Amino acid sequence: MLWEVFVRARGGLHHAHVGSIHASDAELAMENARDVFTRRGEAASLWVVPSTAIVASDPADADVLFEPAMDKEFRHPTYYEVPDGVTNL
Amino acid sequence: MEAGELLERFEAFVASEGKIESDSWMPDAYRKTLVRQISQHAHSEIIGMQPEGNWLTRAPSLRRKAILLAKVQDEAGHGLYLYAAAETLGTSRDEMVDALLDGTAKYSSIFNYPTPTWADIGAIGWLVDGAAIMNQVPLCRCSYGPYARAMKRVCKEESFHQRQGFDILVTLCRGSDAQRAMAQDALDRWWWPSLMMFGPHDGDSPHSATSMRWRIKRFSNDELRQRFVDVTVPQAHFLGLRIPDDELVYDDTTGHWKFGEPDWDEFQRVLAGDGPCNAERIERRTRAHVDGAWVREAAEAYAAKHVAAPAA
Repeated sequence: MLWEVFVRARGGLHHAHVGSIHASDAELAMENARDVFTRRGEAASLWVVPSTAIVASDPADADVLFEPAMDKEFRHPTYYEVPDGVTNL
Repeated sequence: MEAGELLERFEAFVASEGKIESDSWMPDAYRKTLVRQISQHAHSEIIGMQPEGNWLTRAPSLRRKAILLAKVQDEAGHGLYLYAAAETLGTSRDEMVDALLDGTAKYSSIFNYPTPTWADIGAIGWLVDGAAIMNQVPLCRCSYGPYARAMKRVCKEESFHQRQGFDILVTLCRGSDAQRAMAQDALDRWWWPSLMMFGPHDGDSPHSATSMRWRIKRFSNDELRQRFVDVTVPQAHFLGLRIPDDELVYDDTTGHWKFGEPDWDEFQRVLAGDGPCNAERIERRTRAHVDGAWVREAAEAYAAKHVAAPAA
């Protein structure tokens, strides 16, 4: 079965998805992920998750899901003009 | 390994800036401290929606309304990041919500003050979010990984909050005499409660030393309060507003502003439940929670049905 592999690069960082691995059980998935994804000291920690456990959004829905955030520039600090002479804002 | 040895290793690890994760060994007191701090932080975000929510339907323009709505939405999101971070420590959402509603858990006393005018929305963004940012930026380096990561997101998103508040006040202060008076009145009411947000004096803050040693806290209450005053006073001067403190004076030798003493009796009173809006805030949150019960029940029932009959 297929497993998704997540690597924490350094202590304190979040785990990030790096790819998938084939293995018959969780223990082997962990060993294989270690051999395949962390040969150059890339990891402080590893997660493996059965691929079937991932719930993914449909790429066809991307507009519906994410487009409404695009016209709301006021959510960004750069939208606001800071008057000359004002600091630490 | 023995408890003493585990504790010794833990202390050395956090002292060397190591990050603790939910599956790391940690002393009970560290776990308890974090559950208390993170859940109270989450409660503050959620209760903090109310004073500003008060102006959502009365914002002076559609633009201001959209901005305020986005800000209040952010506070809800921040509450959710933080509740989830606390849940990684083994507490449950239900326990935390119950503790908020029955009064055992606290939230920032600042949210127990009312927002009678539109200028209050400006003052909250400028002062309350300004003080919150001052407190929160060092938490991005907190020794507990899930809290630190949540705080990074919060701080990044919050960077617009303070600016939109200041922007409201700039507009009012460039307006009519009545608008300037409204801005001054808001500053008069929010200044001292904002200084109280940093907590009691270092000498009266018994858990501070332990939190500093555990790298949960990075700076003392008094240090952060001083920093806040130093950056905020020039901003008030730019607005042409007067800070309501007769003892405020710039000290040439230190480069810092000296300021008067907040009313700590008032701080204790509001914290203990006797502020202008404590009862109203909790009553409203309780009502929202009770009114939402059927939604939670329906979601559980739907989920249970789908577990019972998995898709083919």
